[in-house]
Amino acid sequence: MTKSELIAELTAANPHLTGRDVEVIVATIFDEITSALARGDRVELRGFGAFTVKRRNARTGRNPRTGEAVPVDEKAVPFFKAGKELRERVNRGRPARNASAQRVSA
Amino acid sequence: MNTVTRAHLAETVYSQVGLSRNESADLLETVLDRMSNALEIGESVKISGFGTFSVRQKGRRIGRNPKTGEEVPILPRRVLVFRPSHVLKAHVNGAQPLPGDDE
Repeated sequence: MTKSELIAELTAANPHLTGRDVEVIVATIFDEITSALARGDRVELRGFGAFTVKRRNARTGRNPRTGEAVPVDEKAVPFFKAGKELRERVNRGRPARNASAQRVSA
Repeated sequence: MNTVTRAHLAETVYSQVGLSRNESADLLETVLDRMSNALEIGESVKISGFGTFSVRQKGRRIGRNPKTGEEVPILPRRVLVFRPSHVLKAHVNGAQPLPGDDE
């Protein structure tokens, strides 16, 4: 499922809203999560999961092609931990409706 | 560090979109629900400019109870992984202006 497929599903389920409305709503949600993480806040959505920011210390990396040592600065990375309910649903997993649903993303 | 919850997100939708508070909360719930449904059937959810949620199959392995040292089999299972987009990573590192103008 992509963002546009999500928007299409929501638009179909909410006939009183235009596709444009739904697009703005979906964008608002993900933008707000992004802003919260950018502020260093955590976002906790019970049953779904929690988004947090983890710090990674500076380290010496290596260019895998040349073997050359390169300094990697300290950085922050976004992290998502699935909530209990979602984790259990995913693990229980209903069979896919069709083969394409099984595709694994890159 | 503050925690942003459903209520905050619903309030943001309410204040920026002009739906009622109730409807904003419902819409947010529907978004999470549709995403969960897709993940439940093993489908990835790709939100451009944000990241990709995907389901990964893990094989059986032998774990150990760290307290007792006892070996316990960990059964094959499916786990959810989230891969943040480079846009989200950049925001988190303060490298870019806040959202609203990206993608």
